Amino acid sequence: MSSGKSNVLPGFRLALGFTLLYLSLIVLIPLSAIFVKTATLTWAQFWGTITSARVLASYRLSFGMSALAALINGVFGLLVAWVLVRYRFPGRKIADAFVDLPFALPTAVAGIALTAIYSKHGWVGSLLEPHGIKLAFTHWGVLIALVFIGLPFVVRTVQPVLEDLDRDVEEAAASLGASRWQTITRIVLPAIGPALLTGIALSFARAIGEYGSVIFISGNTPLKTEITPLLIVMKLEEYDYAAATAIALVLLVASFALLFLINVLQAWSARR
Amino acid sequence: MKIQKAIKYVGVGLLATLAGSTAGAKTLTLLNASYDPTRELYQEYNAAFAKHWKAQTGEEVAIRQSHGGSGKQARAVIDGLEADVVTLALAYDIDALSAKAKLLPADWQQRLPDNSAPFTSTIVFLVRKGNPKAVKDWDDLVKPGLAVITPNPKTSGGARWNYLAAWAYALKHNGNDEAKAKDFVARLYKNVPVLDSGARGSTTTFVQRGIGDVLLAWENEALLALKEDGGQEFVLVAPSLSILAEPPVAVVDKVVERRGTQAVAGEYLKYLYSDEAQAIAAKHFYRPRNAAVAAKFSAQFPKLALVTIDEVFGGWKKAQEAHFSDGGVFDQIFVK
Repeated sequence: MSSGKSNVLPGFRLALGFTLLYLSLIVLIPLSAIFVKTATLTWAQFWGTITSARVLASYRLSFGMSALAALINGVFGLLVAWVLVRYRFPGRKIADAFVDLPFALPTAVAGIALTAIYSKHGWVGSLLEPHGIKLAFTHWGVLIALVFIGLPFVVRTVQPVLEDLDRDVEEAAASLGASRWQTITRIVLPAIGPALLTGIALSFARAIGEYGSVIFISGNTPLKTEITPLLIVMKLEEYDYAAATAIALVLLVASFALLFLINVLQAWSARR
Repeated sequence: MKIQKAIKYVGVGLLATLAGSTAGAKTLTLLNASYDPTRELYQEYNAAFAKHWKAQTGEEVAIRQSHGGSGKQARAVIDGLEADVVTLALAYDIDALSAKAKLLPADWQQRLPDNSAPFTSTIVFLVRKGNPKAVKDWDDLVKPGLAVITPNPKTSGGARWNYLAAWAYALKHNGNDEAKAKDFVARLYKNVPVLDSGARGSTTTFVQRGIGDVLLAWENEALLALKEDGGQEFVLVAPSLSILAEPPVAVVDKVVERRGTQAVAGEYLKYLYSDEAQAIAAKHFYRPRNAAVAAKFSAQFPKLALVTIDEVFGGWKKAQEAHFSDGGVFDQIFVK
């Protein structure tokens, strides 16, 4: 898009103008309200709010479990996408549709369903609990919910790239003497890498803000299984809007920084 | 010529709209923002009130209901939900309407009899059939190995009554020693495996998922659960002492002034104290204030000593600040 030549596509200014206006209305103005509300706090109050023991514990849980969930989804989401793209089997279309369910299901319903299955009288919980494995109402419950809601992000970003990937290239690699493992690591993974990273990043970002599905299965014990969004709700319940937005601001800035970092990584890996 | 005609039509149109709007104003509407478990109660009361209003004034009134968590409803009204009246789970949430948005005067609770709570409830225990852990009183809840289900008082307004009831009991049985009461409540919450974010969630955890030995519940909800269950799976246990839960009601002055609904909104709340409404409340397992009606329904409510929040805690504002604010006692019992 060099400035000297005019663009081949018409309507650049109009489209850009609309894009900026739309982004401002839908994204930036609501977000700026967070900054405005938070600004009613003094620095000491702000710092005190975002570094209290309970809030710190919730960051560890929210960020830790979100990252772990995103990585798990990275591995298994890739596998699901691979199977759906590369193999033909009966029921493939149905399996493909199942992937979108976590998108479509209201999160509270997902939370209640997961809790029903993993708590001590549920199908899975009743099998595991006698062996001393507790999932519901522990931080593992949080992980389960976050893996559930994040899966489609990875599958749906990786899938189209895999579909476009020419099998000829893999065949060429094989005929040139590459082992299967080499083909995967040298040919396939570099091609889908950026898409996979995007999927993981989206899954992570979604998990950070997730509320509805998690609160049912997490047990909400202070310092142990309270996610950060729950603390935001608590502040609202105390009519402490400023403190609520202060914590939200931390989530926002941290998520933005991480997503930005991932974008940089992606650009760097694409250039290589 | 054409323009004149057009103006004429516009004029006629305007008149018609004006006429339409004045005609429309004859059917009054009222929005009641309430908390979750009052849905059926107000459904029945609204029909009764509409009949009463019609008989008194000849006007039709349509009452719309909005239900949700008590705090969430208060925030919605603060943020502009045009509720003519609020009927919430605790006075603190209506105080917030006054303090945060100046929607009604700070002394709103003195405007109606009985602390503006036309009916009351209390906190009781729901245990599993046959009461296998022999739970009789609050003392039993702090025994090691017992699992108590109650929502997080930080997110559930209703659950603050549960906490305060336990505190009131502990104070009374430890010669008003605050430190001992704190220790008692800390031990109680150590026995809580799941702090759901709302009362609904806790009930689901206890009833559907079969988790916990005791559910701390509002008496009206416990009685309703028993009625639906038919005594098959649960038993109600009344502790020796509990707190008088007073869910208050108030007219939202700023909203009724804007909408011109002062008269009907005022009467809507006043009529809650009538014999008819008191009987409806009792039917939905709330304790009526009216002594005659209460006597008629006395068989359905367990007998127990009740203390009020004003006696023990000096009112909601003080209780909220001391126990549930950031760094308050509830936080302290977890963050050592």
